[in-house]
Amino acid sequence: MSQLFPKSANRLPLQIVIYLFVLGGIASAGINYYATNKYSNVGYTPVQPVPFSHALHNGQLGIDCRYCHSFEEKSGFSNVPTSQTCMNCHSLIKTDSPLLAPVRASYASGDPVPWIQVHILPDYVYFNHSIHLARGISCVECHGQINRMEVVGQAKSLTMGFCLDCHRDPAAHIRPHDQITNLDWQRPTDPVEVKKIEGYVHDWNVKPPQSCSGCHR
Amino acid sequence: MRYVYFFTALFVVLAVSVLGFRGSVSTKPPLELIPDMDHQAKYKPQAASPFFADGRADRPLPPGVVARGDLREDDQLYRGKNSDGTWVHGFPAALTVDAKLLARGQERYTIYCQPCHGAVGDGNGITKQYGMGATPSYADDRRLKLSGGEIFDTITNGSVLNKNMLPYADKLVPEDRWAVVAYVRALQRAQQGTVADVPPEHKPELGLK
Ligand code: HEC
Ligand code: HEC
Ligand code: HEC
Ligand code: HEC
Ligand code: HEC
Ligand code: HEC
Repeated sequence: MSQLFPKSANRLPLQIVIYLFVLGGIASAGINYYATNKYSNVGYTPVQPVPFSHALHNGQLGIDCRYCHSFEEKSGFSNVPTSQTCMNCHSLIKTDSPLLAPVRASYASGDPVPWIQVHILPDYVYFNHSIHLARGISCVECHGQINRMEVVGQAKSLTMGFCLDCHRDPAAHIRPHDQITNLDWQRPTDPVEVKKIEGYVHDWNVKPPQSCSGCHR
Repeated sequence: MRYVYFFTALFVVLAVSVLGFRGSVSTKPPLELIPDMDHQAKYKPQAASPFFADGRADRPLPPGVVARGDLREDDQLYRGKNSDGTWVHGFPAALTVDAKLLARGQERYTIYCQPCHGAVGDGNGITKQYGMGATPSYADDRRLKLSGGEIFDTITNGSVLNKNMLPYADKLVPEDRWAVVAYVRALQRAQQGTVADVPPEHKPELGLK
């Protein structure tokens, strides 16, 4: 028998156990890193039918988000604009640009421009835009620096942990109402000002839901 | 055993190089290994539906349908017209014109009108240098003579003159339209200002006597 198994084979069971631990470590590190929205969703930047640039229209021209996403203050859903919204300007500006042909066709026919949705929550999550805007939460918290994006991509993970981080500590994210669509706004460093802003949580009685039924209803 | 570790390391390097890192830009939709109940048999707004010929889940109202509480009988408030069909001068009776309405009007004006008509209503908004040359000043003869009802109607149905301005009825509810009308009036008044309008205590700041 001693010819069949060399002496080193005595250590084999231990080595296999150690290896399984290493493998388990690698696997859980991999799942932790890859199997979340932070890997699978962040950076999703689909090619849109019209190369619409937020950097140009919002960053450079300074058009307010609500000019196009006009229902987000009133409704739980933030709409993508109608083609008439584009034609307000593009009936006189760049009227024969080939890039805008789908918008003109949509305006003439009444069929929507087939924009591709970027941010998508699972259907079992209830989300509402208007409450967040009414409580002084800016677009930038959940969508990133849209005003610098040539093409919209998902910047934040939008996982449950992401939502709860803010719901547990809204004071760190709240801002005055008139700065909600100003994505370049910086929190003042002056402690008196900061105190006033963090005081909004108390003044407006801000109580974000942390119970499951708040978001899974 | 050394070989096993070597091949494991090789596999890890291979996997990382195929999968890449977090946050890298991708044009392909996110992969769903376990779809859970991510997609349920319901429609969110502006969703697509293969059921209808035009592919839209949002259905337009059939003509003539009036939602509850949405009858809009008050011609002055909702159409800018008196009962005899003439334009409303001033404001509808149902509204009180106060500082709150003006503040609302200023906010809405800044969002929806400023890109073309400019912050002071002189028609020199940011879009003028890109080709919206047609935007007029509110302080020229024609626009000063417009009644409140006509400005309201311009917002609701678009401009009647050359049809260069499209309607904003989908973006502003009637009360907000009147708030904007009030603010347009304030801008017109500001453009008509004279030295006599400056309060005496502010005259020295402007170098006036
Ligand atoms: C307030 C006015 C305004 C609105 C509303 C507007 N745009 Fe523009 N758009 C502009 C201006 C100004 C330019 C720059 C023109 C230039 O560079 O000379 C432009 C440029 C563009 C271009 C590049 C055209 C080219 O040939 O280079 C595209 C594409 C475009 N817009 C798409 C859209 C879409 C889609 C919408 C509707 C969601 C829209 N725009 C709404 C003012 C507007
Ligand atoms: C001139 C019109 C216009 C303005 C102004 C505008 N947007 Fe958009 N926005 C669009 C259009 C059209 C789309 C759809 C095409 C796309 O995704 O690029 C869009 C898409 C988006 C999306 C992605 C939606 C999705 O599918 O998940 C976000 C987020 C967004 N906008 C945020 C903003 C924010 C924040 C601002 C203000 C800083 C803003 N937008 C200003 C027209 C506009
Ligand atoms: C608290 C986080 C949060 C804030 C603040 C927020 N959004 Fe969103 N937004 C989301 C989420 C989450 C979705 C995806 C919703 C879904 O899938 O139903 C979304 C979706 C959108 C969409 C796409 C809607 C669609 O399905 O086509 C637009 C456009 C948009 N947001 C614009 C804005 C703008 C503009 C602002 C600021 C005025 C803003 N959002 C503020 C979280 C936020
Ligand atoms: C940056 C801060 C912030 C983030 C991020 C955020 N929320 Fe909120 N959320 C708030 C605040 C503030 C309120 C308002 C609480 C109140 O009504 O006083 C709120 C309220 C809500 C409500 C209650 C609405 C109602 O009608 O009762 C829901 C649901 C909700 N959030 C879901 C979400 C989901 C889902 C996400 C993640 C995609 C999210 N929120 C991310 C700050 C945030
Ligand atoms: C602030 C809103 C919010 C609250 C409160 C909340 N959730 Fe969630 N939950 C989410 C969001 C957003 C997702 C979707 C995350 C994603 O896209 O992966 C989610 C996903 C989940 C999932 C599915 C995870 C998966 O990937 O399959 C479970 C299970 C869940 N939540 C359970 C709970 C329970 C239990 C509670 C109460 C203790 C709770 N949630 C409270 C927002 C919330
Ligand atoms: C996209 C650019 C644009 C925007 C935004 C815009 N307008 Fe205009 N507006 C015009 C142009 C162009 C004209 C000239 C119309 C014509 O000659 O037919 C005009 C004309 C007018 C007139 C005069 C109409 C007449 O009969 O002489 C009024 C009043 C007016 N606009 C009010 C508004 C108000 C209020 C808003 C905001 C809700 C607004 N406009 C937003 C471009 C714009």
